[in-house]
Amino acid sequence: MELLDSSVDLQEVQKLEGHADRVWGLAWNPAPHNCGGASAMLASCSGDKTLRIWQMGPTHHLDCSTILEDTHTRTVRSCAWSPCGKFLATASFDSTTAIWKYVGGDFECVATLEGHENEVKSVTWSSSGTFLATCSRDKTVWIWEVQPGDEYDCVAVLQGHSQDVKMVQWHPLVDVLVSVSYDNSIKVWAEDGDSDDWHCVQTLNEGSSGHTSTVWSVAFNSSGDRMVTSSDDLTLKIWDTSSAISQTDTEGFASWRHICTLSGYHGRTIFSAHWSSEGVIASGAGDDALCLFVEEKGNSVEEPSYRLLLKKEKAHDMDINSVRWNPKDQRILASASDDGTIKIWELREIS
Amino acid sequence: MTLGLINANPVVHERRERLSRADDPPHHPYPHLHPHPDDVLDALDVFDSVRDIRDPEHPYSLEQLSVLSEESITVDEKLGRIQITFTPTVQHCSMATVIGLCLRVKLMQCFPPHFKVDIKVSPGSLANEETVNKQLNDKERVAAALENPNLRQLVDECLYSSELYSY
Repeated sequence: MELLDSSVDLQEVQKLEGHADRVWGLAWNPAPHNCGGASAMLASCSGDKTLRIWQMGPTHHLDCSTILEDTHTRTVRSCAWSPCGKFLATASFDSTTAIWKYVGGDFECVATLEGHENEVKSVTWSSSGTFLATCSRDKTVWIWEVQPGDEYDCVAVLQGHSQDVKMVQWHPLVDVLVSVSYDNSIKVWAEDGDSDDWHCVQTLNEGSSGHTSTVWSVAFNSSGDRMVTSSDDLTLKIWDTSSAISQTDTEGFASWRHICTLSGYHGRTIFSAHWSSEGVIASGAGDDALCLFVEEKGNSVEEPSYRLLLKKEKAHDMDINSVRWNPKDQRILASASDDGTIKIWELREIS
Repeated sequence: MTLGLINANPVVHERRERLSRADDPPHHPYPHLHPHPDDVLDALDVFDSVRDIRDPEHPYSLEQLSVLSEESITVDEKLGRIQITFTPTVQHCSMATVIGLCLRVKLMQCFPPHFKVDIKVSPGSLANEETVNKQLNDKERVAAALENPNLRQLVDECLYSSELYSY
């Protein structure tokens, strides 16, 4: 469905309160039915050292059904569901990553991944469910292979960034990993088919029309041929991999080029951006505002471009740290803030 | 091992006379500070809240060491912004990040949380100026630093020390 400027609005439908500190991360469960949830299920993590599970009830409101505490001793910075929806990974400033499994109606901590020297900042599950990746202020990215019996083996420690790594994200189709860093660069990592070694296949920095300050987030579109990055340089950048190679080929997703920079929309650091399967990019920033962007259609001769669909000023009382579209309902957006709340928004067409 | 002081002989300045606002009417938004006639937060309010922070190295306040002055603070109440520029006493001051953390914590405690705070060292005052500025304004690094017990203790000592003003 085409979305036109004048005909859409982002309406706040619910405000989730309960965290005692800033909310850093959000993750919608991609398969809530595997996890005791009838419809939507959202996980949120916070500076209060806990993780909360919010479950949608019969009235279509999300309520906190579970609080996972007493495992992490410092801020829980990031959380991610496995593709099957039964496992949840949490990354913490206490330098560990915990794996939670949904067993008999409860979440049980079944593994703790140790190895990073200090704060773990992000965790992501590969689309195949085979790998996990974590990154840290220790400048490294670790790849973990999921083994039977809730075992996780570290198969690679990737060094290449010169500063702390802010976020890691697996490609939605193939085992290609992207990391973004305080060193202003974006790195693409892939496995060498012959040797099982992981290595950096591309670095996108200022020289490749990249960011000029810390890169805070990265997200892919649903077809995996574009990604968006957000930065302290107050811009969002769109990257494209237009490859003729078939989509199952890893090589096809290992060569990215800059196609578009969105600047002038946020006044402070852009901490998060996320791409809906309908093609709407949401961004949340330190200016307390949310922005939505869509691709400009019609000028097929020129390079693809993106335009602002709408901006929601004062979406929160403080910085917005994470924005996430619900994969089960593409018009529903969740945002997390330093104000300690999570807001649920609905993208509505105005008739 | 005894660590040498980074700046062994700092220049100590006199504390400025306090501007008294004590006669102003009560019911102002920042009750711990001097009451304010028009209820608008200004640079002096911010300066008053941070002037007595102790230097991490010396038993003197940031004001006494001229690390800070009222002029180095700008406030935009309407936009909800506070900007502080401070001047470390020496070019290679490794304590600059601790001073920056102290300022940030103090402002978090004193002013409404929605204020956006930018903290920088004054241009040319530090050899690794850019590195320090980037670190001080990365809220994730700040949050992690404040969860580090050793750093937190150092910050708390600077904020709550009673050893000040031992002339």
